Amino acid sequence: SDYKTKSGLPFCHCPTKLHFEKLAKIQPCSVILPTESMKAMAESVGVGQLQEESCVAISEEVSYRIKEIAQDALKFMHHGKRRKLTTSDIDNALKLKNVEPLYGFQSQEFIPFRFASGGGRELHFYEEREVDLSDIINTPLPRVPLDVSLKAHWLSIEGVQPAIPENPPPAPKEQQKAESTEPLKVAKPGQEEEAAIQGKSQGATAADGKGKEKGLIRLKPRSTHELSVEQQLYYKEITEACVGSCEAKRAEALQSIATDPGLYQMLPRFSTFISEGVRVNVVQNNLALLIYLMRMVKALMDNPTLYLEKYLHELIPAVVTCIVSKQLCLRPDVDNHWALRDFAARLMAQSCKTFSTTTNNIQSRITKTFTKSWLDDKTQWTTRYGCIAGLAELGPDVIKTLILPRLTVEGARIKAVMEGPVVSNIDKIGADHVQSLLLKHCASVIAKIRPQPDNVEQYRTDYGYLGPMLCSHVMKARTQAALQAQQVNRTTLTITQPRPTLSVSQSGLSGSTGPRTPSIIKVPSSLTLMSPRPGTPSQPSPPATKYIVMATSAGTATTQQVITLSSSQSASPVTSTVPSATSTLQPLVKLESGSGPGLTGSRPLQKYIVVSLPSSASSSLEPKSSVIPTSISSTSLEAGMKMERSESPGASTQSPH
Amino acid sequence: MAAVQGGLVDADEDKDIKTEASNDSWGNNNANDGRLLSPSPGSSASAGSNKSAAGASEEQQTLLAVLQFLRKNKLTESVEILRREAGLPEDSLEPKGAESSGAGSGGASGGVDLEGGDASSLLSRVTASSTAGAQAPTKVAAGEDQPDVNVVLSAYSQQGDPALYEVYYSGLKRFIESVLDCHRAELSQVFYPLFVHMYLELVYNNHESEAKAFFEKFSGDQECYYEDDLRVLSSLTKKEHMRGNETLLDFRTSKFVLRISRDSYQLLKRHLQERQNNQIWNIIQEHLYIDIFDGMPRSKSQIDAMSGSLAGEAKREANKAKVYYGLLKEPEIELPLDDEDEEAENEEGKPKKKKPKKDSLGSKSKKQDPNAPSQNRIPLPELKDSDKLDKIMYMKEATKRIRLGPDNLPSICFYSFLNAYQGLTAVDFTDDSSLIAGGFADSTVRVWSVTPKKLRKVKSAADLNLIDKESDDVLERIMDEKTASESKILCGHSGPVYGISFSPDRNYLLSSSEDGTVRLWSLQTFTCLVGYKGHNYPVWDTQFSPHGYYFVSGGHDRVARLWATDHYQPLRMFSGHLADVTCTRFHPNSNYVATGSSDRTIRLWDVLNGNCVRIFTGHKGPIHALAFSPNGKFLASGATDGRVLLWDIGHGLMVGELKGHTDTIYSLRFSRDGEILASGSMDNTVRLWDATKAFDDLETDDFTAATGHIHLQDNSQELLLGTYMTKSTPVIHLHFTRRNLLLAAGAYNP
Repeated sequence: SDYKTKSGLPFCHCPTKLHFEKLAKIQPCSVILPTESMKAMAESVGVGQLQEESCVAISEEVSYRIKEIAQDALKFMHHGKRRKLTTSDIDNALKLKNVEPLYGFQSQEFIPFRFASGGGRELHFYEEREVDLSDIINTPLPRVPLDVSLKAHWLSIEGVQPAIPENPPPAPKEQQKAESTEPLKVAKPGQEEEAAIQGKSQGATAADGKGKEKGLIRLKPRSTHELSVEQQLYYKEITEACVGSCEAKRAEALQSIATDPGLYQMLPRFSTFISEGVRVNVVQNNLALLIYLMRMVKALMDNPTLYLEKYLHELIPAVVTCIVSKQLCLRPDVDNHWALRDFAARLMAQSCKTFSTTTNNIQSRITKTFTKSWLDDKTQWTTRYGCIAGLAELGPDVIKTLILPRLTVEGARIKAVMEGPVVSNIDKIGADHVQSLLLKHCASVIAKIRPQPDNVEQYRTDYGYLGPMLCSHVMKARTQAALQAQQVNRTTLTITQPRPTLSVSQSGLSGSTGPRTPSIIKVPSSLTLMSPRPGTPSQPSPPATKYIVMATSAGTATTQQVITLSSSQSASPVTSTVPSATSTLQPLVKLESGSGPGLTGSRPLQKYIVVSLPSSASSSLEPKSSVIPTSISSTSLEAGMKMERSESPGASTQSPH
Repeated sequence: MAAVQGGLVDADEDKDIKTEASNDSWGNNNANDGRLLSPSPGSSASAGSNKSAAGASEEQQTLLAVLQFLRKNKLTESVEILRREAGLPEDSLEPKGAESSGAGSGGASGGVDLEGGDASSLLSRVTASSTAGAQAPTKVAAGEDQPDVNVVLSAYSQQGDPALYEVYYSGLKRFIESVLDCHRAELSQVFYPLFVHMYLELVYNNHESEAKAFFEKFSGDQECYYEDDLRVLSSLTKKEHMRGNETLLDFRTSKFVLRISRDSYQLLKRHLQERQNNQIWNIIQEHLYIDIFDGMPRSKSQIDAMSGSLAGEAKREANKAKVYYGLLKEPEIELPLDDEDEEAENEEGKPKKKKPKKDSLGSKSKKQDPNAPSQNRIPLPELKDSDKLDKIMYMKEATKRIRLGPDNLPSICFYSFLNAYQGLTAVDFTDDSSLIAGGFADSTVRVWSVTPKKLRKVKSAADLNLIDKESDDVLERIMDEKTASESKILCGHSGPVYGISFSPDRNYLLSSSEDGTVRLWSLQTFTCLVGYKGHNYPVWDTQFSPHGYYFVSGGHDRVARLWATDHYQPLRMFSGHLADVTCTRFHPNSNYVATGSSDRTIRLWDVLNGNCVRIFTGHKGPIHALAFSPNGKFLASGATDGRVLLWDIGHGLMVGELKGHTDTIYSLRFSRDGEILASGSMDNTVRLWDATKAFDDLETDDFTAATGHIHLQDNSQELLLGTYMTKSTPVIHLHFTRRNLLLAAGAYNP
């Protein structure tokens, strides 16, 4: 009965939306409201037993009127200079017809109607959440919407569009890509316009280029790389901040590199800076600087407006160096250079994924390089670790074909160090790290490909020295996957927060989401997310994606990290409930830099949770049984988190063996 | 405020008589108009008068309908006058004697052709307010049925066998497809109006299923630019729906105009007569106006360029009236000497600088431009001292103006409205670019100062009393320093503000809103001075005359109104559009007003007598932007179809088409010297076009001018000088500063 009252409302709005799509391809006399709706509405106002004929007549009339109103509403949309029809347009259209507007339907956004069927009935209804009032009361007030303000910038200076953040990137990523992959191909017709922006000569060639494509071999226009004074200043500031001592400044600079649209011109400089920097600092074993440089690479890769393909010849050697170099720091026994190797390996995997093509074969070349040095007996433990990490990051397939077959050999080697005569402390640490690395990556893969039951002896014969340990890891992975499956059914995630300082506030994604509070539920010390599944168990709804947005409150930097907790079956566990979280965490946790439109645009099921962490506070998310220590330094959140995580087997509170 | 009125005393007296006379007639017209707008103009009588007010056509039938209406309402005197004016025989009013009125039609057409300018009686005004110099289409009138009111108004009552409609239509289709290529394109024009009328006839006579089948079968054949209308049509399936549907009313009350060469027409006529295809023949005679010309049939592209409006093309006669498109002579203002001294140092630069101004202003030369209206054709307010100062400022700035051209593109400064949440609906800049105003969907109007000079209010009356009125800086003293701020909010409207316009002297601001009012705001006190009520429906646009005092507004009631700031009633009403008036612009000489409409036509109205002197068809969507070239010769228009069309006002011809935008064009502006046309659109781009080249390449030979046939070469790509993408900001306003810097504005839409 609850639905019944609601079902009346959507009919007023829903059809209009429907019709725009339908009418797009003129369907004459097309859509007419079902007569059942008329009956239902008549019943709801106390008119029972409506004749079928009258129902038909009414529904035709109502359909016509609704279309009429929709057409009028479009007029208001056009004059409102919008592309989206809003409820206020409909109100105004009703006013034109001297009809009382429908009050209470103020929505800037799409109204999420849900569909349900059951018991032979089909219903559209509004989703209304149950909201605990005390939650709302306790939630800090959302940011007050800002007042309208005026901002001026140069869209064009004497016909040339300056590359400033206010303007769109001068060369769109697709064009950069086309340029680098097919340098002689002329811009596609769709891109002609952009080409025309960049100068008349270019525009002219683009316009007539298509016809001449075959006949003439066009010389690629020499691109100038002169930087303006502003750009030079910017470059200087950014590079200094990136390798400087002030962490807040660095965060800001990296943020700028990762988001600013006008960096295309400076890309060659940045790539040279990084490759030179790595070359020098590897020799000097300056771990900190190498980490900074790798974070720059990461930022460049994250910039949605840049296409790095042309600069890989400089960047890849630098990254690979940071993965496999024999020595990266002054005190290999103490310093955590393993984290850098992991981070760089992940960068490498990312660039393989993005840029590898059949022509450049980056992935296979990289794989070969890693394998070759791994197979070499004289290779140091550090390099060995790097090679394995680099390979493992490339995905389960690579692990399966390249790493698993060598587990026995590698196990023997580790055994020799661990149980043999003490050679050196450094070797021992190295072997230890390699061991946990192998266990971490291999367990999940084996869990997938190897049938149960897990027999320790069987493992020992198959994998040698590492067998027993692998066995326990695999078993753990399995139980946890099973646990996960259960969890998915309930889709309840409990995150307990031991420190009362954790505050949940609305995601202020640079104003993109607008003030919408209800999706955030805050409990001071424990955080419970209910899946927004309505009471329609018969309908297998798509897996809900949840985001946890973690923001540091460091200075002006607005770095926001989004962890995607995907609860779909295949990509198993909801991250933090996993006891041995680290091994399974990686494929699941997606870190995105915040403030993207990607956050807002998708389905209405998503929820954003912003967890603001006080700077340099180490807060941990404690799910059920275990703790993931995500100690987050104020700025290096991204790198910090990743490093910490990869480290965690070492610091393992959660890999009990 | 007082100053304005003082300065205008003469002008007012001048006009008083005229206004008096016209007030009556317009008042009366207003009444008619009210009926036109009533939700259900069911009664046949009101629709009849409606028609005369709308001035859609001057046919004898309509005249008779009006006469009958007047008679029914016991307005015998008016009947007499109108009858005499129209030269109708007395018996033509008797329903019985109507058959003999065929002979009277010639006389009627002659009589209707009144001079609009000095006509004073109500009726002549009503009739003359529409297309001046229109002549009764003898061709159509000759074959007309009985000129009976009922026939005019319920035109679809005739019954045919509904099953045969498809046969008729497809028969005609086969015929047209089989004729010679040169005629096919022309005759194909008949399809759309015929289709619409046949469908409506079916619907009117309650043949619902046949109508549906007919629509499904043939709607696909229609030109794509009629899609919107077809959509409206498709939803209409019952006789009851026709009542109150404006689009429909337009189809019924206005004749769809086609231009067809004599040869093609003869071909069609012969075919229909041979086949005895009376159904179609009747429709063609009753609902279509075929404008026959001698000469070569037009090509498909020629036809496509001109068609697309709600009621077909403009009749050739409609664009024949003389338009004084020249500029008024600039008042002689002697530059103060001290200013001369300032610039004395670059003595030789000066004559050079003067020259371009002469070119651009044209009328600066001593001799009167033959195309310019006489100086006092429209009484204009006298210049105040402050206006003269501003003129001097303008001239000084003009000397520093950048000469633009294809190799010298303007810089564009973009003003983004942040945090507007899709609520920005209108923007305007002052002429000197010192203030910017925005209208918002939340009914507010906000004014910003973009110079360091802050906005200040005048002190309250009590405080003003304390001021020494003799002091030199009294103007400075009356301002309240405490209220200084960068922006001010003006609240008063009760609906989204769709149009906004600064007065040339920067003392006033106009805003038009969904609530049906136009409001005049003072920028001295930042309060509302007047609410002009007249449009009962949303007012889409308003604009001040370039000389101030007058302003024009247009809205959903399909009427554009001319107002003077000190009259609470409109001075003129420009009615004739068949759908909403979406945008309004004053000609630089203030003698004409251009309006764009949802009926996809642009009309040019003479402010003096309210006549429609130009109708431009060719757009395929509602028109949202208009701009006159600074020399007054050309008009540019932009529509939802993303095209900019250029029009020669003097010849009444389309002279260019600029393709490139992919969404509605909301703003058009010529550079100060007219070399560059800038267009801003919903597709987030500002585009610059070479206007000099677009107008230079014109070949308006006598033939073209006579027939109105145009050959447009597709040179949009050559004319496009630049495209500038914003990040995510639709461009809704453009403005060239006095030094030719382009300002653009829009709301950032993250």
